[in-house]
Amino acid sequence: MKLRVDPDKCQGHARCYGLAPEIFDVDDYGLASVIVDVVPPELEEKARLAVANCPEYAIEIISE
Amino acid sequence: MTEIAPVKDWATDFDVLEPRYVKDPFSIWDDLRGTCPIAHTNRRKSSWLPTRYEDVTAIAHDIEHFSSLKVAVIPGDEDEDPNADFDGPNLEYGLPPISSDPPLHTWTRRLLLPWFSHKRVDGYVPLTRGLCTKLLDGFADSGHADAAADYAQQIPVRVIAHILGVSPDLSDTFTGWVRDVLEFADDAERRQRGAEGLLNYFLGQLEERRANPGDDLLSELLTTEVDGKPVDDGIVLGMAALALIAGVDTTWSAIGSSLWHLATHPDDRKRLVAEPELMPTAIEELLRAYSPVTMAREVTEDVVYAGCPMKAGDKVLMNFPAANRDPEAFEHPEVVQLDRAHNRHVAFGSGIHRCAGSNLARMELQVALEEWLARIPDFSLAEGAEVTWAGGQVRGPRICPVVF
Repeated sequence: MKLRVDPDKCQGHARCYGLAPEIFDVDDYGLASVIVDVVPPELEEKARLAVANCPEYAIEIISE
Repeated sequence: MTEIAPVKDWATDFDVLEPRYVKDPFSIWDDLRGTCPIAHTNRRKSSWLPTRYEDVTAIAHDIEHFSSLKVAVIPGDEDEDPNADFDGPNLEYGLPPISSDPPLHTWTRRLLLPWFSHKRVDGYVPLTRGLCTKLLDGFADSGHADAAADYAQQIPVRVIAHILGVSPDLSDTFTGWVRDVLEFADDAERRQRGAEGLLNYFLGQLEERRANPGDDLLSELLTTEVDGKPVDDGIVLGMAALALIAGVDTTWSAIGSSLWHLATHPDDRKRLVAEPELMPTAIEELLRAYSPVTMAREVTEDVVYAGCPMKAGDKVLMNFPAANRDPEAFEHPEVVQLDRAHNRHVAFGSGIHRCAGSNLARMELQVALEEWLARIPDFSLAEGAEVTWAGGQVRGPRICPVVF
């Protein structure tokens, strides 16, 4: 699984980081980013939770 | 205090300070969502009240038609010139970035955000935990406490005082001013007293910090340059006052509502004690179910939104708490599910004005509940207790007597 955070949509709620700090980081200004190239299989469920909890619909699954 | 006439028709004459709305807004929103999802009133000022998640978030994102220059839910004196009879820094910017649109919003927000990044907030955990422990030491052995006034109310004000670099000894005074401008905004005398208290205090702090800069937010704002120029004193003043105003009432209300919920829902309380790993999810769920904050927007030009003829100058109350109770967006929104997996709540707003202090608020709420439950795992509302709620801009319990 590969993920992307849309920087135009992200507003820094940091819900992704709270749910999956292994996959996401958030910078000093609130912008989230994906810190892994490929999401390890054991973290895929966490990744899906992050997608489903983002209030700005900013996280996309770019490949399963 | 202005007398509030009872509301007969919530769709055409709502009033967020009507006692029934303050006590139980949930049933009013449910009725409105099913019939007239955007209510209107002419009380105080022509204002609209969306109740659906879709409408609230759409309006929050439409910054062209819905400005943040006037964000007070209770309009007060916002249409008057803030610089009239005032010989000092320019007050026209209000409390940026919350009371601003881009471009002022963009750069003032960037100055504030690093102070509330998750990394910085991690550093405030020991201070917060120590505060909670000390408060609990004061009443844990007595068998009773006011969870709102003795505990919730005491925590965020001291953390934000630390961040601002102002004296925590003045916490009760700060709390009084903040309540005057938010909770009692309908009372012109109290509102003015709170606003003057805050203004005069921070004016003094500006001079003090200029002479003796410290390692705090206020000092940094005074020494920062933006595009090669220092930040206007009026803007520094507004940002400092915002940090205090926004950092006090809101989180205190969230902590209070959460403790009220646990005091009145023993199954949830027992579960959270038995399964502390649920805490992060539970925090989001409590924030969803008891979102404290409603903000306002001002309509910039006549626009018809979802069939509502909104006029330039009208207010729209950004009803994030109602959005978070919308059954179109949440399954069984009326039920608090501490393990709710899908929870796209907007307790901290939506769009470019997402609460700048959300990481801090979340941390304070989590630490406050962890420490309370570790010391007082078994508690309930005192028998016959009269819980009182504040409403309007910020909803939360002000008196919440519990026994243990």
